[in-house]
Amino acid sequence: MAIRFASASRIGNKLPRTSNFWDGSAVVVNSSYESIATVTVGSGGSSTITFSSIPSTYKHLQIRAISRDSRALTLNSLAMRINGDSGANYSYHTILADGSSITADGGGNSSNTDYMISTGSSALANTFAVSVWDILDYSSSTKNKTIRMLGGTDLNGSGRLNFTSAGWFNTNAITSLTFFGSGSASFVQYTHFALYGIKG
Amino acid sequence: MAAGSTYTPITTTTLGSAQSSVTFSSFSGYTDLVIVCANLKNAVQQTPFMQFNSDTGTNYSSTWIAGNGSSASSSKLSNSSSGILIGDYNIGMSSTIPSTAIIQIQNYSNTTTYKSTLGRYNLTTTEVYAIAGLWRSTSAITSIALNAGGSSNWSSGATFTLYGILAA
Repeated sequence: MAIRFASASRIGNKLPRTSNFWDGSAVVVNSSYESIATVTVGSGGSSTITFSSIPSTYKHLQIRAISRDSRALTLNSLAMRINGDSGANYSYHTILADGSSITADGGGNSSNTDYMISTGSSALANTFAVSVWDILDYSSSTKNKTIRMLGGTDLNGSGRLNFTSAGWFNTNAITSLTFFGSGSASFVQYTHFALYGIKG
Repeated sequence: MAAGSTYTPITTTTLGSAQSSVTFSSFSGYTDLVIVCANLKNAVQQTPFMQFNSDTGTNYSSTWIAGNGSSASSSKLSNSSSGILIGDYNIGMSSTIPSTAIIQIQNYSNTTTYKSTLGRYNLTTTEVYAIAGLWRSTSAITSIALNAGGSSNWSSGATFTLYGILAA
C-alpha cells in the first residue's frame, strides 16, 4: 500500500502574519500559529500518514484531521507513533461517549497511542471522523511527551466522542509523527491531516 | 520551514441588542473554521442550534457528552431540522454567568464529504459539553447561522468570532 509522506522542509514560507486568535484553550497571537504540512489522501488510499523533518522551532504542535479508513467497521481506532518508535513506550487514557453511555479506559506499555477514531467502511457513506491533537513541548530533550486529543463523529443515529490523553515515555525531541488505523486499514480518499506549529 | 501564519480572525459580531440569530456568510479561502462564542445568554431557556446554508431539512444530527459536577451523561439527536447542537437548554438559566462555546468545522468547503463538527460548550457554574455534529450534505458550507433556539434571543453583549485556518 502507498505511504503518504509530508516533509516539512519542502514547504515554502508563503503567507503573511496577522493578528490574534484563540485555539480553543488559550489566547495566543495569530503570527505564532503556522501551517507546517498537510496530507490529503488520493484515490489509491494510504496505509499510513507521516509528517517528518518537523522543525524544532515551535513550542507545541497541533494536528487537525478528518479521517475514514477501509476497515469493515463503523468506527476504527486511529493511532499514532512518534519518531518511528514501535516499542512499548506509550500510554493512553480516555473517556468515550456514544450517545447513550459513557465509559473510560486506558492502557500502558503500548506500542502506539490509542482512542482516537476514524470512520470505517461500514459507517454512513461520506462521513469522516474529526480529531484535533495537541502535542505539548514536543521539542524538549528533557521531558517525556504529553498529547491531548478531542475526536468524534456523528452518524445520524449513532456517534462517538473521545476525550483522550497519551504519553510517550521518551525525552527525545519529536521529529516525526505517523498515523495509522488498526487492522491494517488504509485511509480512504479525502482523508486529510494538517500539521501546525505554535510558537511559545 | 512553515508555510506561513494562519488562524486568522475573519469577523466578530458583538450584539448591541438581543437578536435571535447570528449569521456568517463570507469566509472563503480557508481549510477549517473555528467559531468562538462568548458571553452567551438567552432571553429564556432554549437549546441553541447551528444551521448551514439556510438548510432547514432534517439533515442534522448530534451526539454529545455532558457533565454537571456530579454526574455525566451522553445523548444524541438524529434527523433534526433545527441544526447541530451548540449548547444546553440551560444556556439562559443564569442571569449573571454567561456561557461559552467553541465550534470546529473542518474541511468546510469540500464538495465530496458530509460535514462533521466538534463543539465544546461551558456554563461554568453548571455544566460542560462536548458535541460531535453532522450535516448530511456534500455542499460546501457558505453560510453559518447560530440560532438562539425557539422563540429565544441571544442577549445583548454576546460575541461571536469566526476564525479561518489555512492548511499548507
